[in-house]
Amino acid sequence: MYSRIAIKDQIREGQLFTSRAITALAVIILILLAIIARMVFLQVIGHEHYTTLSQNNRVSIQPVAPTRGLILDRNGVVLAQNLPTYTLEIIAEQVKDMDQTITELTQIINISDDDIARFNKQVKNKRRFQPIPLRLQLSEEEVARLAVNRHRLPGIEIAARLTRDYPQANLAVHSVGYVSRINEKELSQIDPSNYAATNHIGKQGIEKAYEQQLHGIVGFQKVETNALGRTLRVLERTPPVPGQNITLTLDADLQRTAKQALKGSTGAVVAIDPNNGEILVMASTGDYDPNLFINGIDHKNYNALRTSNAKPLFNRALQGQYPPGSTIKPFVGLAGLEGGTITTKSSVFCRGWHTIKGDERKYRDWKKEGHGHTDLKKSITESCDVFYYDLAQTMGIDRIHEFLSPFGFGQKTGIDIAGEANGILPSTEWKRRVRGKPWYLGETLIAGIGQGYTLTTPLQLAKATAILANRGHTIQPHLLKQITLPNSEYLQYQPDTASTIIELNKTSNWEEVIKGMENVIYGAHGTARHLNRRQPYRIAGKTGTAQVFGIKQDEEYVEEDIGKHLRDHALFVSFAPSDKPQIAVAVIVENGGHGGSVAAPIAGAVIDQYLGGRQ
Amino acid sequence: MNQNRDYGRWIDRRQSRGFSARSLHMDWPLLLGLILLSSVGLIVLYSSGGQDMNLIWRQCIRLGLAFGVMFVIAQIPPHHIERWAPWIFGAGVLMLIGVLTVGTVGKGAQRWLDLGFFRFQPSEIMKLAVPMMIAWYLAENTLPPSRRAMFITALIIAVPVGLIIKQPDLGTSLLIGMSGIFALLLAGISWRLVGGLSLLGAACAPLLWFFGMHDYQRQRVLTFLNPESDPLGSGYHIIQSKIAIGSGGLYGKGWLNGTQSQLEFLPERSTDFIYAVFAEEFGFFGILVLLTIYLYIIARGLYIAALAQDTFTRLLAGSLTLTFFVYLVVNIGMVSGMLPVVGLPLPLVSYGGTSMVTLMAAFGMLMSIQTHRKLNTSG
Repeated sequence: MYSRIAIKDQIREGQLFTSRAITALAVIILILLAIIARMVFLQVIGHEHYTTLSQNNRVSIQPVAPTRGLILDRNGVVLAQNLPTYTLEIIAEQVKDMDQTITELTQIINISDDDIARFNKQVKNKRRFQPIPLRLQLSEEEVARLAVNRHRLPGIEIAARLTRDYPQANLAVHSVGYVSRINEKELSQIDPSNYAATNHIGKQGIEKAYEQQLHGIVGFQKVETNALGRTLRVLERTPPVPGQNITLTLDADLQRTAKQALKGSTGAVVAIDPNNGEILVMASTGDYDPNLFINGIDHKNYNALRTSNAKPLFNRALQGQYPPGSTIKPFVGLAGLEGGTITTKSSVFCRGWHTIKGDERKYRDWKKEGHGHTDLKKSITESCDVFYYDLAQTMGIDRIHEFLSPFGFGQKTGIDIAGEANGILPSTEWKRRVRGKPWYLGETLIAGIGQGYTLTTPLQLAKATAILANRGHTIQPHLLKQITLPNSEYLQYQPDTASTIIELNKTSNWEEVIKGMENVIYGAHGTARHLNRRQPYRIAGKTGTAQVFGIKQDEEYVEEDIGKHLRDHALFVSFAPSDKPQIAVAVIVENGGHGGSVAAPIAGAVIDQYLGGRQ
Repeated sequence: MNQNRDYGRWIDRRQSRGFSARSLHMDWPLLLGLILLSSVGLIVLYSSGGQDMNLIWRQCIRLGLAFGVMFVIAQIPPHHIERWAPWIFGAGVLMLIGVLTVGTVGKGAQRWLDLGFFRFQPSEIMKLAVPMMIAWYLAENTLPPSRRAMFITALIIAVPVGLIIKQPDLGTSLLIGMSGIFALLLAGISWRLVGGLSLLGAACAPLLWFFGMHDYQRQRVLTFLNPESDPLGSGYHIIQSKIAIGSGGLYGKGWLNGTQSQLEFLPERSTDFIYAVFAEEFGFFGILVLLTIYLYIIARGLYIAALAQDTFTRLLAGSLTLTFFVYLVVNIGMVSGMLPVVGLPLPLVSYGGTSMVTLMAAFGMLMSIQTHRKLNTSG
């Protein structure tokens, strides 16, 4: 240690440092002189030039908002457009007596206290020469009345700008979504310069998912302003690039039919084109008018939406999770065939219930007296529960899980709008992970008839049905059909994942199951036989009735005795034509009762309109 | 590395037993300069912020906090600062790595570390920790530093600078890099080496352009060369800021009368571009006064460094003072169109910014160095 310090010459180091510090100070002074020279250049030599720029030619650059792209349905029906609306604005510094002016304005047009409160808040934050909106969305009549009185009221201006408008209002609100004012959080995520003139941003649905394409690119104009900052003339203009138009896969007419059919009940309908995954219908009851949201919904309306029993903000097709009930049977049956657990000849004797060895509990069939000898085809046609209790018990839950997974049960479908629920396809591993408990055999049995833990969204059900209709070709459901590019070419939807095929050992197994599903409609005992209206095409389907309310061992389910909210959910999945499918439909009616009588006619109406219109 | 390093011991440099200037460990000439500067800042801010008293109060609270931090740090004797240097540096590097892995993204860059109860930028700590670490390291070597010492110093600079560039935060990494280089210069590396390295740096600039820069950074340089190319973005800032400065003339348009700033032609007028507001309203003579205040503070800082009693404190005080100067040059250079846009505030004048606390902490160290006396133990 001492040797080190002995070498270290403190005095010399001190001198070295001082000399360096003096050099540094000299360099600093030189740089400051350079800055001063720059100031002389700007403030003394360039003074006149810059004064001219600053006084006579107050050029400011104003951003110009791009026009938002339209949203159309597959046939060109406009779902979202932009309409000119008029806004009453006031420039504070030109008004002599603000209270007086506002009082006079309230006598001319209707101005709420909310409007005045919002206006007063903005007056404090904005410059006195900037126009501040007082009333939005003036009607033509109000504009006319203001125009007549305008000479008496200096400082008021009527500004016209484009506002989003949803002409179909409620029709496809859950898919299209809506735009609303940009909030703080969104402000930090967008490019401020591109949104410099934009007030609205997509908040939900397609409006949000394709915000970037719909928004476009900001333009700007150089304008000359007077000393008060008011625009005198436009000097130069770079026009904005308008947003791209988006065509959806939805069919507005078909959507209307589905909604009409659902009227009076609570539920959802999803229809998919199995050939490409295009979503033709996505309807959920309990909807709302997106136009309410555009300029900020008021508290009264919002609370009404939020607290309504119909849950209008909730998109049942995407977010609702329901037990699939018997609609899962074709898939479980196919699993049994494919795994070799059963053959098309296998038969079970159904006496109305099923028991597990060593367990007294009776697993009931919906038909009290039983279905008698039942094979696969009959089990689908008549929806025999005992057949599937037996099949599930033999297969075990994990094999069912493994076979059903590729159909998309228990997973998000990857649809191109946000908010999708996961659903549940249970397995022993799932229960250990999520519930922390072992799996019980009884749970396998009820999983075999789509009860218990199993949950699906209507979209998942429609997707799985479409894959079944496709004989294994998987699809990705989506709402975007194409984007119209500026050069009028189209950019078609590209799925994230390529279509794969669920390979069966025996491809004829598809047909065996589908034959059963046709029999649901065309068989003498089919659970949806009244759908048979001698259509020129054949429909394949499966009814489902999902229990909401557990009945005790010795009780009987009597519909009339049970409160409406505890009644069974009615389900129906179907596709048509069964040999060359063009549409797959899933319907759920909450607390609707029987799938065959309640849900099937809704699917029938959608299919008939879609295919009837074509043939 | 020397395990039994002697950090020495520093005591109060009190002259008498009674109350004196030094009892509070304040260097009064320096304090005067800082108070003067922040007062000027508040006056300009009142004008640039549209005469909003709320803004002034918020700035006062921030200034109060910053001066408080300075006061507390001034009480810590330099041997403690020296002893903690490597630990603070190490913790800072760990936090920088933390920011890159779990940090919060704000305005497109990952700079914040969220500790649940509050968020802060570890890069701010590095503004102090890098000069401290280099001073600590060089202090136990003979000066001028050997090649090996220079290499290790370069490493001490490169690691944090690299991590901060990744965030990406060009302004801060530039400041930190400069602070390290200043410490080396003050330590006495040969001018020939400085010249050689500068040439090498110039030769590497094209490499930096093609491989080391983000698109937006390249855009800024292009905009600097031709402001008209980006009239909505940073080019607009520069055009308007030059008009503001130039139209101020010799005497300025008067307080609250700057049309460029009052009519909102000038963006960021309370933060990065506040210098233009000052130049517009107080003119060339106002600028001379402002620059004199800055020069006074910097000269006082270098004076404290030159009087400091050992190598660690000398290097630390010197490099902190020079870093303060870099803030000034980068900000004024940007606002007056001499340098590309790098978002650094005008020190102690611009509104807000976490950097104010860091700057005042640095001045706290300078005050501690000035108001403590080293007991001479081993030389």
